[in-house]
Amino acid sequence: MDKEFAARRRRDLIIAAVLAGIAALTPLFVKDVVVQNILILTLMYAGLSQSWNILSGYCGQISLGHALYFGLGAYTTELLFTKFGVLPWFGMLAGGVVSALIAMGLGYPFFRLRGHYFVIATIVIAEIGLLLFHNWDWAGAAMGITIPIRGDSWLKFQFLRTKLPYFYFALALCCLAWFVTWWLEDSKWGFWWRAVKDNPDAAESLGVDVFNSKMGAAAVSAFLVAVGGSFYAQFVSYIDPESVMGFQFSLLMALPAVLGGIGTLWGPVLGAAILIPLTELTRFKFGGSGRGVDLIVYGTLIVLISLALPRGLLSLFSRPKKTGAAR
Amino acid sequence: MGLLYGLIAVGLALIFGLMDVTNFAHGEFLMIAMYLSFFLFAFFAIDPLLSAPLVAAALFIFGAVVYLLIVRFAMRAKANAGMVQIFTTFGLAIVMRGLAQFFFTPDYRSIPHSWLGGKTISIAGIFLPEPQLVGALVSILAFVGLYFFIHRTDFGRALEATREDPGAVALVGIDKNRVFAFGWGLGAALVGLAGAIMASFFYIYPDVGASFALIAYVTVALGGFGSVFGAFAGGIIVGLVEATTALVLPPSLKSVGIYAVYLLVVFIRPRGLFGSI
Repeated sequence: MDKEFAARRRRDLIIAAVLAGIAALTPLFVKDVVVQNILILTLMYAGLSQSWNILSGYCGQISLGHALYFGLGAYTTELLFTKFGVLPWFGMLAGGVVSALIAMGLGYPFFRLRGHYFVIATIVIAEIGLLLFHNWDWAGAAMGITIPIRGDSWLKFQFLRTKLPYFYFALALCCLAWFVTWWLEDSKWGFWWRAVKDNPDAAESLGVDVFNSKMGAAAVSAFLVAVGGSFYAQFVSYIDPESVMGFQFSLLMALPAVLGGIGTLWGPVLGAAILIPLTELTRFKFGGSGRGVDLIVYGTLIVLISLALPRGLLSLFSRPKKTGAAR
Repeated sequence: MGLLYGLIAVGLALIFGLMDVTNFAHGEFLMIAMYLSFFLFAFFAIDPLLSAPLVAAALFIFGAVVYLLIVRFAMRAKANAGMVQIFTTFGLAIVMRGLAQFFFTPDYRSIPHSWLGGKTISIAGIFLPEPQLVGALVSILAFVGLYFFIHRTDFGRALEATREDPGAVALVGIDKNRVFAFGWGLGAALVGLAGAIMASFFYIYPDVGASFALIAYVTVALGGFGSVFGAFAGGIIVGLVEATTALVLPPSLKSVGIYAVYLLVVFIRPRGLFGSI
């Protein structure tokens, strides 16, 4: 069994390297800006969803408030940049650290809660964050922050004429999140998390530090999501509370993982690769009408996929024999 | 205002609280109910207050159909049933919003000159807005009705038993789907009632449900899952907290108080005020 597991992990790593290599070459063939845009968003959501999956999938603490960390990452970066002239690269790190600290600070009371009470608490805390930023004048309140344009530069991570640097950063983020997940899967933490998810009481009685493993998952997850938020802010160069901290982001982060296969290594990537292009294309095709056709198509898809494949699309690939171990 | 939240929450308390099924489309049920009473008013000039039973009946059918067509299958999922419920009902909510935009356009609508709208009544020198007063009355009645329904009738007992152990109730001859379809219908009918009353003094637009839905979830959770009285108490607390917050903080922050109180309550009592599950 151990040998099989090690072989699977090696295989996963090779597949990931090949996929990343192919992804890195796509911009050579894809010159269309609309398509590039979709690719960037897909990679970004794959990375975000992978990070969300660490806390909610592996550790089983379903959070629908990750928009808070996404928004904190975006705001920390842009506030540091516009008010103090700190380069976005440092802002990104700062945003990640701030989010991880806040996630642990919140985790302290939150992780006592279970089930619906926990999920609602995560929604509520993100909503509080949203309302506070809405009313925080120094941070631009409802007007948000427009990132000043200083021309193309890697130093300021700002590019007007080309989207390629954003593409490669999103790819790097996605790979980083994947690699962190891959690495943690086989670590003490990874095993603890799965134990906590399946039965916290039994895990505790066997000496698993339930509380600290939840905290660890929350911190890693929040850090990565915040880096994603910083990236998004630089990418769209304008942020306001609704556009980076709204509830829809929490759901958009969770959806790819759920559709692909929650708590699996490949689920988020697969889910994002299918869902995000679909979302963008329906919006592109039907969204202009202003009559909500894109919403109807999108919503129907979500209902159908979650009903047809409750364990995610990945379950299509696993043989029945393996279903027990697939988690 | 608090009892109004209570009124919206009472339907959710039945579905989410007592049956333990997540319904992220609750706000959209409310939206449909508001549109229904708007069109009944616009085409047949029936005042929302009179059309309330009609709307409730329509929503009853709608809720039962939604259960039988969609939710039933979502509950059947063996793996991560919670997530499946969240996302199927969320997808449903998006579809309903899209359909509302498609058929009714995103325009804001309102019912002019209804019996209730904009009137006040004075009781012992205190002026109370009539719609809120009627809303409060209906909500108290709805809660009392639901309480007796759950605790005093066979059906209510069957409902609770089905949540506890669907397998065991099947052995004693209770059809799980019939019980839950009826429960969903009833929950939807209650939110229909709320929608009909609110239609006379709120703007009606496709996204209207979203702004109330989160507060309804918080209300139910604050009171504690599995308790009708809890949801009622939750509604009153939410209303009071919102009014007090509005006194000290700018109006746009009034919901922060509600959320903060929810967090405070569950940190002290992780199962809500009167929760049993």
